[in-house]
Amino acid sequence: MITLSGVLKTYSSEVAIGPVDLSIPPGGITALVGPNGAGKSTLLVMIGRLLGMDAGTIEVAGYDIARTHSADLAKILSVLRQENHFVTRLTVRQLVGFGRFPHSKGRIKAEDEAIISRSIDFLDLADLEGRYLDELSGGQRQRAYVAMVLAQDTEYVLLDEPLNNLDMQHSVQMMQHLQRAATELGRTVVIVLHDINFASHYADYICAVKDGGVVSFGAPDELMRDEVLTAIFDTEVRVVEGPRGRIAVYY
Amino acid sequence: MADLTIAPVRHSGPLPTARSRRRYSAVVTALALGAVLLGFGVLAWDNPMPLGSEGFWTIARMRATSLAVMAVVGFCQGIATVSFQTVTNNRIITPSIMGFEALYVLVQTSAVFFLGAAGIMAVQGVGQYLLQVCLMVGFAALLYGWLLSGRRGNMQIMLLVGIILGAAMGAASTFMQRLLTPSEFDLLMARLIGSIANADATYLGVAVPLAAVAGGLLWSQTRRLNVLALGRETAINLGVSHQRQTMVVLLLTSVLMAVSTSLVGPLTFLGFLVAMLSYQLADTHDHRHLFPVAWLTGFVVLAGAYFVLKHVFYAAGSIGVIIEIVGGGFFLSYILRKGRL
Repeated sequence: MITLSGVLKTYSSEVAIGPVDLSIPPGGITALVGPNGAGKSTLLVMIGRLLGMDAGTIEVAGYDIARTHSADLAKILSVLRQENHFVTRLTVRQLVGFGRFPHSKGRIKAEDEAIISRSIDFLDLADLEGRYLDELSGGQRQRAYVAMVLAQDTEYVLLDEPLNNLDMQHSVQMMQHLQRAATELGRTVVIVLHDINFASHYADYICAVKDGGVVSFGAPDELMRDEVLTAIFDTEVRVVEGPRGRIAVYY
Repeated sequence: MADLTIAPVRHSGPLPTARSRRRYSAVVTALALGAVLLGFGVLAWDNPMPLGSEGFWTIARMRATSLAVMAVVGFCQGIATVSFQTVTNNRIITPSIMGFEALYVLVQTSAVFFLGAAGIMAVQGVGQYLLQVCLMVGFAALLYGWLLSGRRGNMQIMLLVGIILGAAMGAASTFMQRLLTPSEFDLLMARLIGSIANADATYLGVAVPLAAVAGGLLWSQTRRLNVLALGRETAINLGVSHQRQTMVVLLLTSVLMAVSTSLVGPLTFLGFLVAMLSYQLADTHDHRHLFPVAWLTGFVVLAGAYFVLKHVFYAAGSIGVIIEIVGGGFFLSYILRKGRL
């Protein structure tokens, strides 16, 4: 369970995120959706303690993130931004190996290697594991970073727009990987998504964010309605019944 | 029939393939061999006494001070620059342009400006050496503490302010130098060109322990340095308190830089060159493998420059000049050929 109470981040007198009260249930995929600048990523990075908040508390699995040691939090919570500084002389496998740092403190043992191998295979990176990061495409590098946070073996996984840089095939594969991580590995995945249709199809819960506040939270079926989506995105949206669930049409 | 193909063991070590491990060992061996040869060359070349005689060793002992100084300076500059570039995520700048050298120049210039020719003597001695080191570390601590702590902590602004303060101190020194008499200026210049001859053997008693402690502490942080290299957000995600860790590393770096600069004077280009060469030679992200290569490279570059200057140009000491010419050329050709930093 992730619980936000009275979370507030002020940028200037006009621009502020919150106060937000929100509970994200454990298990499954929760998608944060909303227009640009709504505060989705800000909320996500505040939960991941990458950004300090001005007021309020956030609890993850019962731990107050402001009071818990960062090194302990790293064992229950992992967070990945969309832009990552990368070291050129680092192979995919070495990067994924860093995911074990909270547990191994840099001394990688045999059981760590087994977990690293599993994460790499999970994201179909076995053929690329010896490649250096600067020899990969943006999408491959994105997958390598996701493999790293999976190797971290945390109950909660926060991802900021992991579908950026990915083409149609890899977007779908990434969502399928994350769905398997949620169901097979029992992770709680919180993810910022731009495409409402991906959220509709893969997420168990959708959290709509607008103007720095949460405007609705619920199962995809509750949010996938003409009037709800039109209000969230300020765009004329029609929801139609597709062959595999509801689809928003807004073109 | 037994399966003849041995499945490659998958591992995440710092040197991923057998080839990279062989390459690393070869590089370290070659550097160590170069260091020993150059060290012996410095001691024995042009030594008028027959090899092994008592007189030979007397002369060699006198020259050994220079070797020790080069070992300390190579250690400090190499390790400090690699660590500094890692925590700042920047491979273009070095700690020396962050005001350290400008502060050294300012102290030396002020001494001559206010005390005249006698001032040169006033800034020499173990006490004065220690004082100068403390001044530099204090300056760094103030700069980092002020600009990196708190919520507005920002690396880019810290670097910019450091460079601007360095330029301001440099300008103040230049102004004072214009007002000196030619003979005072001459005395001062000898101190301002980085030179092994600047070092006094008595300083080593302070410099070696200081460098060893700061270097040892940095060695204990190498695994965290590897994580810091991944950038702020990844480091925090992995549970490393980025801000505190960065400050610790920068402070240790400033101790190393202060030890080196106070010992031999400014060697702006050395740290940069050594770090760049070390990245290429070691070819790994792991600081436990980078540090030894950086030290050895630092020593080889210094000793090589010293040897050439002393026995080819008969200008012992002022190694800064040759490091910048030969090192810069070598670096340019390497980068243009390989195309990556």
